[in-house]
Amino acid sequence: MTTNIPLLKADHVGIHFGGLKALAGVNIELYPGELVGLIGPNGAGKTTFFNLLTGVYEPTEGSIVLGNEKLNGLAPYKITRKGISRTFQNIRLFGELSVLDNVKVAYHSLARHSIFSSIFRFPSHFSGEKEIEEKAIEFLKIFKLESYMHEKAKNLPYGQQRRLEIARALAAHPKLLLLDEPAAGMNPQETQELMNLIAFIREKFHLTILLIEHDMSLVMGVCERIYVLDHGQLIAHGTPEEIRNHPKVIEAYLGEEVS
Amino acid sequence: MTTLKRINGFWLSMVLALVFFGAVHLLISGGVLNSFYINTLFFMAINIILAVSLHLIIGITGQFSIGHAGFLAVGAYASAIMTMKLQIPFSLALLVGGVTAAVAGLLIGIPSLRLKGDYLAIATLGFGEIVRIILLNVDYVGGASGMTVTHLTSWPWVFACLLITIIVIANFTNSTHGRACISIREDEIAADSMGINTTYYKVAAFVIGSFFAGIAGGLYAHHFYIIQPTNFGFLKSFDILIFVVLGGLGSMSGAVIAAILLTIVSTFLQDYPETRMIIYSLVLILVMIYRPKGLLGTRELTSFFRLRRAVEGGKQNDNKHTVA
Repeated sequence: MTTNIPLLKADHVGIHFGGLKALAGVNIELYPGELVGLIGPNGAGKTTFFNLLTGVYEPTEGSIVLGNEKLNGLAPYKITRKGISRTFQNIRLFGELSVLDNVKVAYHSLARHSIFSSIFRFPSHFSGEKEIEEKAIEFLKIFKLESYMHEKAKNLPYGQQRRLEIARALAAHPKLLLLDEPAAGMNPQETQELMNLIAFIREKFHLTILLIEHDMSLVMGVCERIYVLDHGQLIAHGTPEEIRNHPKVIEAYLGEEVS
Repeated sequence: MTTLKRINGFWLSMVLALVFFGAVHLLISGGVLNSFYINTLFFMAINIILAVSLHLIIGITGQFSIGHAGFLAVGAYASAIMTMKLQIPFSLALLVGGVTAAVAGLLIGIPSLRLKGDYLAIATLGFGEIVRIILLNVDYVGGASGMTVTHLTSWPWVFACLLITIIVIANFTNSTHGRACISIREDEIAADSMGINTTYYKVAAFVIGSFFAGIAGGLYAHHFYIIQPTNFGFLKSFDILIFVVLGGLGSMSGAVIAAILLTIVSTFLQDYPETRMIIYSLVLILVMIYRPKGLLGTRELTSFFRLRRAVEGGKQNDNKHTVA
């Protein structure tokens, strides 16, 4: 499944906010088609790492390369268009917009009609909007969300909101999907459904996935490799089995959880 | 199918608008409406243009701008200079007013739209005041005593500008570009991570909004015979802001209705100058207490019709909503 050329390569990436070193010297390589976990205690810098990858913050050291393009210093929307999209730890849907419109927003970058053609309603506006709508509906059907289509996103049940956020991230056509604690606040049954969903989308969209998660059964169950962060530094990396028995990891984090 | 329906709705409203235009035109040319009503009507239309243009910036894109009177002033003075000093025809002067205001919007928007919330509000407030102070000190436009302007604004002009404003802003909103703007209002970080160029759309909304504020300025200048910098102080900005907030942030028809209602209220309260501001303020407070999301919330008038149709068509679904 994996090839030798990494899809994403983070080389000695770090960031400091004033005097606070949030991350330092993080080396991560993701190969096409992999599902990799990123774990660590609270405040270890996991979400900060996601923010670096997606351009919310610019790394103060090191480089991030996707395929063969350097991502350092690019605006977030440009990074998304290059093929990284994400979900958020605390769900960030467009609450007042309908479920359908949420997905349509992700298709925006594919739209070819200009502001002028929309204002003056040129034919290109109608064909462009029609294309976006058809694709978005098709997409909602894949995620079995089409019955909620015209519902406001904020009125959806929690589990469905998570599902919609993943659907929306995928509608931006990423090569690499970053999931920030997708199982947070879910009961075991919902977590199981989520695991099935992740397996399903991975198959269907040929994705590489990087997953932050606290739920150990989920991480150990689905990830092929795991990176462990603690205090802004990588302390271990390997297969779930290796991580489970790694002394540093047990010391930092997993001790009472797994052994 | 749906596009067909939408186009039919568009033409239906166009026909209604033209009927309204013709009726009012007959009333005015027939001398049925006296100058007081004509004045109020023109003022109302100008206020609607201002409200709808600010609605695009605040209601749709979520950028809290309170310097809208600055763009109104730029448009008013630019178009007045065109007709009074350079003898350029009114139609062109209106356009110049709009374009000048749009350029001002671009120049202000690019640096200040990095700011968010309260900070943006203060920056735009500052812009409005700067415009006013500059006009106050430029003798070419008459300084504090203002500039006399020929009365050129007529009902066809007012109506045409109003119609174009509403159509352009509605068309913009109901497109992928409008959705991009709404997504910025809802969650800027998420919009960014969905591939939306947030800066571009914030500036675009700002420029389109200030363009129409400039057009309104042209109509305003050529309606009131005289323009003075004091007409464009921050109280004017707040007047426009109130239309948008009272109508419901995010609802264009709400902004229109609020502009109409408040113009009527403030016009008829002119007979009671001592209590005018008290009553006006009371109206605002009461509306905000009983309808904290504004008159229409984020909904549009048309959605009420659509809702009714859906309810009529879907009676058999009623059972599904019973508590399980």
